[in-house]
Amino acid sequence: MLNVLISGIFLFSLVTSVLNGTTEPLCNELLAAPQKAFELSLSVGFGLCLWSGVMEVARQAGLLRAVSALFRPILSLLFPQLKPDSPAAQAICTNLAANLLGLGAAAAPAGIQAVQEMQALCPDPAVASPSSILLILLNTASLQLIPTTAAVLRLQAGSAAPMEILPAVWVTSLLSVMVGILAAKLMERLACSVYCPKTKEEAL
Amino acid sequence: MNTLKLLSNLSIPLILCIVPICALAKGVDLLSAFSQGVLSGLNILLEMFPALLLLTLAISAFQSSGAMELLSRSLAVPAQLAGIPQELIPLTLLRPLSGSGALAVFTNLLSQYGPDSLIGRTASVLMGSTETTFYTIALYCSASGIRKSRWAAPASLCADLTGFLISALAVRRIFS
Repeated sequence: MLNVLISGIFLFSLVTSVLNGTTEPLCNELLAAPQKAFELSLSVGFGLCLWSGVMEVARQAGLLRAVSALFRPILSLLFPQLKPDSPAAQAICTNLAANLLGLGAAAAPAGIQAVQEMQALCPDPAVASPSSILLILLNTASLQLIPTTAAVLRLQAGSAAPMEILPAVWVTSLLSVMVGILAAKLMERLACSVYCPKTKEEAL
Repeated sequence: MNTLKLLSNLSIPLILCIVPICALAKGVDLLSAFSQGVLSGLNILLEMFPALLLLTLAISAFQSSGAMELLSRSLAVPAQLAGIPQELIPLTLLRPLSGSGALAVFTNLLSQYGPDSLIGRTASVLMGSTETTFYTIALYCSASGIRKSRWAAPASLCADLTGFLISALAVRRIFS
């Protein structure tokens, strides 16, 4: 899906640039893109390193187990196959907690660790399991309680009430994540009618 | 707003204070645990870089060739039918692809139409309730060695599309 999308974007951009006469900016931007990617990975990646380190300390100190106790009800609802004390379940809880608090950089390493743990249980780790997809979906659906970035930018733009968007944001987030989960379950059904999981691990 | 700012500014220092103290209390070797984690973070960074580079290239091509503008213009009618203001189409196109790109478009919208206008509010709700979907999927898949993401992208896009529709609807209902 991603491969098709990216190839499609390249093709579409090439055709429009030829028709529009914008081949020069296209070429220049493409040449500048690697540096942009490097800068982006600097800003995202090293924050990710920091939080991976903090998470590992928290895990060894037993703090993650405490966090995961808080999320157990949600977890058993969304990921019924996972044992609540498994490393994957703990990592999912940390991921969700960090997302709710708006600590994106702290959420990523926990989420990635959870996906790695879940994929290790699959017969083919290169094929995403339904639980991994569900967790990725939850991470694409902005679960944070307070949209700080949007609010701060509104404040800077001179808004009279930067936080007035809060109820609308909650309604929108909740509905969109519910539709996403529903869509994922439906697509899982469709996919399973073609390729059915045989073992219990495979169903994970 | 000020207390909120204080709270969000305090969250990171607080975590960085509580975690080492708990580690100390439990007798965990702080430095070795920390470096173990950082090394695994570096590994993730290394594994995600190729996907990041490819995505950055695609977004650059999409914006600089005028393809985004073309697509925005051709989506004006369906967006109008769905109740999404036409001015927001570039934002909805960029939002799933690029965090920094969407942020730039968002700040432009705020200064152009004002944060408390219909467009400003809808854009704010949209920014607050959606994520950089494709970047997230690429990050998770490349970092954990997934080559077939199966229905991760289509399902997430369903969620995003719902987010776009509901944000326009919610702002219209709440602020009118």
